[in-house]
Amino acid sequence: MGLTKSFMMALSSIINNKVRSLLTMLGIIIGIASVIILVSLMNGLTSEITSIFDDFGTTSLTTTITPRSTKELKPEELYDFVEQNPGLYANVSPSVSVSGEVKTPDSGDDTITSSATGVSEGYYDIKRVEMSFGRFISYADCENKSKVAVIGSYEATYFFGLSSKAVDETIRINGTPYTVIGVMEEKEDSTEGSSDDAIYIPYTTALQATGTNIISTYVVDAAADEVVDEAKEALENFLLGVIGDSDYYNVSSMKAIIDEMLEMLDTMELMLVAIAGISLLVGGIGIMNIMLVSVSERTREIGIRKSLGAKHKHIMTQFVMESGTVSCIGGVIGIVLGSSMAYVAGKLLGMEVAPSTGAIVVAFCVSVGIGIIFGFLPARKAAKLNPIDALRSD
Amino acid sequence: MPHLVELKDIYKIYHMGDSDVHALDGISLTIDKGEFVAIVGSSGSGKSTCMNIIGCLDVPTSGTYKLNGKDITNYTDNELAEVRNKMLGFIFQQYNLIPKLTVIENVQLPLLYGGVSDREQRQRAMAALRRVGLESKAKNLPAQLSGGQQQRVSIARALAGDPSVILADEPTGALDSKTGREVMRFLQQLNREGNTIILITHDNSIAARASRIVRVTDGKIVYDGPVEGDKNVALQAAAGRDEEG
Ligand SMILES: Nc1ncnc2c1ncn2[C@@H]1O[C@H](COP(=O)(O)OP(=O)(O)O)[C@@H](O)[C@H]1O
Ligand SMILES: [Mg+2]
Repeated sequence: MGLTKSFMMALSSIINNKVRSLLTMLGIIIGIASVIILVSLMNGLTSEITSIFDDFGTTSLTTTITPRSTKELKPEELYDFVEQNPGLYANVSPSVSVSGEVKTPDSGDDTITSSATGVSEGYYDIKRVEMSFGRFISYADCENKSKVAVIGSYEATYFFGLSSKAVDETIRINGTPYTVIGVMEEKEDSTEGSSDDAIYIPYTTALQATGTNIISTYVVDAAADEVVDEAKEALENFLLGVIGDSDYYNVSSMKAIIDEMLEMLDTMELMLVAIAGISLLVGGIGIMNIMLVSVSERTREIGIRKSLGAKHKHIMTQFVMESGTVSCIGGVIGIVLGSSMAYVAGKLLGMEVAPSTGAIVVAFCVSVGIGIIFGFLPARKAAKLNPIDALRSD
Repeated sequence: MPHLVELKDIYKIYHMGDSDVHALDGISLTIDKGEFVAIVGSSGSGKSTCMNIIGCLDVPTSGTYKLNGKDITNYTDNELAEVRNKMLGFIFQQYNLIPKLTVIENVQLPLLYGGVSDREQRQRAMAALRRVGLESKAKNLPAQLSGGQQQRVSIARALAGDPSVILADEPTGALDSKTGREVMRFLQQLNREGNTIILITHDNSIAARASRIVRVTDGKIVYDGPVEGDKNVALQAAAGRDEEG
């Protein structure tokens, strides 16, 4: 007896008991749908987070140095180190923070509290800055300690109404006038505190403004994603050599932070899927229950089949096929339902949400597997029936 | 040539609480190819138990059973299934058709389990239905047929596998006497065509259609011989001839 034949038999038996089959499937449908929804949403969240971090540059290493009178790191030393290792590093820029009040000569009392970051021209590539008007800070700006600033679209629209009007205007940071030389592309929604709220000035100018000559933070860009870990280690070794005490510096990589975050998301996903998996287990038990009922209802049929020469394997196949098919249909319905609900949820959340092919394949296999596993016991019970006892029952 | 059916000292004992019921109490019986044997006896005498053992649906408590010369007493369940499939055809009192399968699907079942190809299954099932005159009902469900027609379907199913022995347990028990007579005439015709038939009945007038009578009382054979030798059946046989003649 071929598998197609037993499949057709199973299918017609399911169709003969529509309501019951649907109820039996419900557990599997709910279980599979919730797994698909969860996996899709988590996928969406993961890619969302990854893309946000990608904007910041996943290859950047933030180096913080605690000032200390005995040994300090001169900027030139770090620049040289970076230049000598082109395979590991692409760029380096100091990062000197100046916080304070920002206003324009005409804005009077209308000020905003923000912070300007002193950087070098390398910062442009490291953070993948995109300009909508003007230019970024140049090497010459840093050399000359020019009083120039690159501002975000928040500052530009706040003070000048339009990004296009800001270039060549003047802003004052803690009273010192700076000429706006460029406006950056809008990344979010040009509001306060968003990534559009940013001011960059030459780091030399920033040092002057803060009245120190110690740079405590550098942003170093690794050459590629694959060498981030190696670059981090080499940088740490270099710093240990110069500074001599690992308590006085710290290198944190964006990639490590993202990796940690993604790992956390993975753990969360696993937990949620495990919880959803419990409903699959319940679904499987439901199938077993109904199959046991079905076997006792059809005892006479089994007796007839056995009297006509059905062997153990024939009866086994018939019932396992039936539970497998029920569960498989439930799985397909669950996949379709889950995918469409995930799609709707993604639309509502404004997120790109889609189940992976892998998740669908796994969900399908799991549902078929559940049907087979939980159908096995009832099927064996049917196959073991004594023909004469089975024939006598009604 | 070995006997087709050879029962030797068959006991079937049911334990009911403290007492034992000897459903078969030492039965020895041989049946050869082409015979039409009626096993008769009153209700509870052990006829069905006897047929179930001959039909490999049940196993005796003790004794040996040879089918076509092979001792099948120690066969496994699957081996017995194979024997039922290849050598035996059953006709039950309650027809025992599967209600949700069509007539032809029911008739195909022994062939399906015998590993016959789909095409051949359909051809042979159709041929069997033609023999019982029901090829036009092939696509119907059993419930759409009369009792007599359903019993003919079950005969077609028994014939489809081309068995060595046809076993009929009270085949007319659920039918009115006219339909019952038709079924019996059909069984007689099958016997004339060379089929071996073992018929079980408590009805002497039905038994009169057979050529040999095995009378069972309390699990023992009390008579085994031609119809004329059994007083009750012979009487009915004479009456039957008067009626039809
Ligand atoms: N499964 C069983 N359990 C206990 N006793 C049984 C069983 N089957 C049959 N019997 C007993 O065996 C005897 C013969 O039964 P059976 O062969 O069905 O008789 P018949 O078919 O001649 O009416 C009866 O007394 C019956 O009660
Ligand atoms: Mg009986």
